Amino acid sequence: MSKKEDFVKFDKVDKSYDGKVLVVKDLNLDIEEGEFVTMLGPSGSGKTTCLMMLAGFETPTNGEIYLDKNPISNIPPHKRGIGMVFQNYALFPHMTVYENLAFPLRVRKISKDDIVKKVEKALSMVSLSGFGNRMPGQLSGGQQQRVAVARALVFDPAVVLMDEPLGALDKNLRESMQYEIKHIHESIGVTVVYVTHDQGEALTMSNRIAVFNDGKVQQLSSPDKLYEEPVNSFVAEFIGENNTFAGEISDISNGSCKVKLDKGEIIANPISVKSVGEKTTVSIRPERALINPKDKMDNNQKGKIEEVIYHGDHTRVRLNLLGNSEFILKVPNSSQNLDIKLGNEINIGWNSHDARALDPK
Amino acid sequence: MSSEQKILSTDGIPLEESLKQAEKKNKIKAFLLVTPLLLFLIITYIIPIADMFSRSIDDKMVTNMLPKTYKAMEQWDGKELPSEEVFKAFYLDYKILVENKTAGKLQTQLNYEKNGFKSVLKKLARKQKKFEEGNYKEQIMKVHKRWRNVDYWRAIKRRAPSYTYSKYLKGVDMYSNEEGKIVQVAENRRIHRILWSRTLEVAFFVTLFCFLMAYPIAHLLATLPMKYSNLLMICVLLPFWTSLLVRTASWMILLQQQGLVNDFFVWIGLVTNDNRPEMMYNKTGTYVAMTQILLPFMVLPLYSVMKTISPSLMRAGKSLGATPGVAFFKIYFPLTIPGIGAGCLLVFILAIGYYITPALVGGASGTLISNQIAYHMKSTLDWSFASAMGLMLLTGVLVIYWIYNKLVGVDNIKLG
Repeated sequence: MSKKEDFVKFDKVDKSYDGKVLVVKDLNLDIEEGEFVTMLGPSGSGKTTCLMMLAGFETPTNGEIYLDKNPISNIPPHKRGIGMVFQNYALFPHMTVYENLAFPLRVRKISKDDIVKKVEKALSMVSLSGFGNRMPGQLSGGQQQRVAVARALVFDPAVVLMDEPLGALDKNLRESMQYEIKHIHESIGVTVVYVTHDQGEALTMSNRIAVFNDGKVQQLSSPDKLYEEPVNSFVAEFIGENNTFAGEISDISNGSCKVKLDKGEIIANPISVKSVGEKTTVSIRPERALINPKDKMDNNQKGKIEEVIYHGDHTRVRLNLLGNSEFILKVPNSSQNLDIKLGNEINIGWNSHDARALDPK
Repeated sequence: MSSEQKILSTDGIPLEESLKQAEKKNKIKAFLLVTPLLLFLIITYIIPIADMFSRSIDDKMVTNMLPKTYKAMEQWDGKELPSEEVFKAFYLDYKILVENKTAGKLQTQLNYEKNGFKSVLKKLARKQKKFEEGNYKEQIMKVHKRWRNVDYWRAIKRRAPSYTYSKYLKGVDMYSNEEGKIVQVAENRRIHRILWSRTLEVAFFVTLFCFLMAYPIAHLLATLPMKYSNLLMICVLLPFWTSLLVRTASWMILLQQQGLVNDFFVWIGLVTNDNRPEMMYNKTGTYVAMTQILLPFMVLPLYSVMKTISPSLMRAGKSLGATPGVAFFKIYFPLTIPGIGAGCLLVFILAIGYYITPALVGGASGTLISNQIAYHMKSTLDWSFASAMGLMLLTGVLVIYWIYNKLVGVDNIKLG
C-alpha cells in the first residue's frame, strides 16, 4: 500500500478566540501517512491550538482540516478516531491501568476476549506487562506517560496526537522516553503529530518539523535541513545556537553576497535577500567557524577572546568579532592545543556558504 | 532488637529517647494550641450531651417522693393488693408531699403511668386529713374504689427504679403496659412515628432536590471563566449572608395564598383566582424553603471537588471515542462522588434536625421531629422526653454516618 501523501491536511486554517487576534493564520500543512511530524514553537505560537483543532476540541474559524481527504470540522472529537496523549497524561484516576486501556475498546463495543488481547499487547509494547491492576496514582511519572501512550494507541487510531507529553518528566527520563516513542512509531507506523517547545525533543524524534511562530509555520522540513538551512532568522535563532550579524547588502552576485556591517564586511550566502541595499541578518552556526583554519576560507577575521567556558567534551569560547561581542565558538577538546586564553587575539575563518543572509530581525 | 544494637545518637543517648526529647516541646506546644478548642468542645458539646442523656433516663423524681412506699413494696409480688404496710408507707409519703404542696408533681407523673390516677390522688389528698391512726388500707380503699384495683398499685411500683427507658419508648410511640410488656400505643395516638418518617422523608427529598440543583451549578462554577464564576459564586453565597429568618420570611411572602408565586400562577392562567393552591403551611413550603436554604451546603463541596478534576480528562475520554454522555457517566461523575457524598451527608444531617424553617412555613403537616422536641422543651416542659428524642436524633445521624462510612468511606469525603 502506498502511503497517502496528504493524509492530514490543514487547508488555509485560521483560528481566533476573541475575534480580534488570529492565533493561527493561514495555516497550510500536509502530513503524510505514517509520518512523525512535530509542531515546534515558543509558547503562544499557536501550535497547541492546531493540535486541538485536529483533535476536535477547537473549531477552525476559517478553512478546513482534512483527514484522509475527508473534511472533519463538523465531526465531533469522539467520532474522529484520533488518539491523543495529553500534557498531564489525563489518565482516569478512578480506573486501573487495565481499565484505562480498555476504555476506548469498551466504548467501541469490542468483544471481551479481543479487549484482553489488545490491552495485553499495548501494555507489552510500552513494557508495562503485569501493571494492569495498578491504579495510575501508584505509578511513577514515566510509567504513567507510557500508559497514556499505550491508551492512545490501543484502539489502532489512524493518527496519534501528543501534546507536550514529556514536559513533566525529568531530563534523563525524557530522553529515554523520546527514544521509546520514536521506536514505537517506527514499529507500528502510525501517523504522529507531536507538539513541543523543546527543540532537542523535536530534532531527535521527528521525520519533519513545523516551526511555529506568531500563528504561522515558519519552516517545515526535516530536522537536519531545519538546522543546517534555516529559511529565516527566527528559525535560525530558535533552533540550536546561532551567531548573528546585522548588516546591509552591498553586493550580490553568483550565489554569494557581500554584507556591510557597522565594522567591516563579510561574504555570505544570500537566502532571503535579493538586491543591494536590503537589510539582513547573517546567521552562522558556532561549529562552522574554525580557529586558525588550515584550508582556505573566504571569510577570515580576527577576534578577541572574552570568555572561555569548559563544557567537558567541548569548550565554549566567546569572542568579540566585528563588533559582535556575543560571537560563540565551540572548540572540540580533542583538537590540537590551540592558544585559547582570555584576551588573546585569534584568527577565525568560515565558508561564505555557511553564513546565511536571512531576513532582518 | 537487643540493647546492644540500640542506635545511639552522637552523645551516646539512645536515638529513640533523644528523638522523644526533641519532639517533646513540639508536642506540648501542639497540645496547648488545641486545648482551648478541646475545652470548648467539652463544655459546649460533650457535657450537654451527657446531661441530656442522664436527663432522658432519669426517673428519680417519683422514687424520691415515695421512699417509704418503695421500701415497703420490695416484698410485694404485685399479684394481689399490697399489704397494710405498703398502704401505711404510701399514706405517710403522700402526707408529706401534700403538706409540702409538691403532690401535684406526683399526681402528674403517676397519671402518665395510669390514666385517671390524678383524680384519685387529688381525692385522697382531700380526705386523708381526716384519717385516723391505724388500718390505713381500709381507710384508703374507702376513699375511692380504684384503690382496690391492683393496677394502680402496679403503676406506682413500675416507677420504682430510678432509671427508665420509657421516654425512648414514647419517642417511637410505644410503652410498657401493666404487665411490663412493650406494646404500641393506640393507632390514633401514634404521632411520633409519623414525625420521624416525615422528618426522614423531608430530609431525603431536600437532599435529592439540593443535589439535582447543585450539581449543574457547581459544574458551571468549576468550569466558567473566573469573572463569571466569581459572580455566580456570590449568588450562591448571598443567601449565606442573609439571616435565616429573613430568608424564611421572604418565602412566606412568596408562597402564601395571596403571595407573589400564586399571583403569577393566576396571571399566566395556570390556576383560577378562587382556586389558589396552598404552598405554605404544608410539606410543599418546607421542601421549597429548606431546599433553598441548604443548597449552598451542597454546592460548595461539589464545587471544591469538581475544581480539582482536570478538563483534559473529559477531553481524553472523548478523544478515546466516548460520546459526551458516556464520558460524563464513566469519567466525570465517578470522580465527583466524594463531593456528592460530602454534600449529601451534610445536607441530610442538617435537614434532619432543621427547626426554624419548618416551624415557620411547615404548618401542621410540615413540622418535623425537631419542632416536637422544641414543643416539649418550651410548652410541656417534659425535658427528659425532649432529651430522649434529641438523643435518638443524634443516634440516627451517627447511624447514617456509619452506613455512609461503610458504603463510601469517610476518607472519601472532600469538603475543600
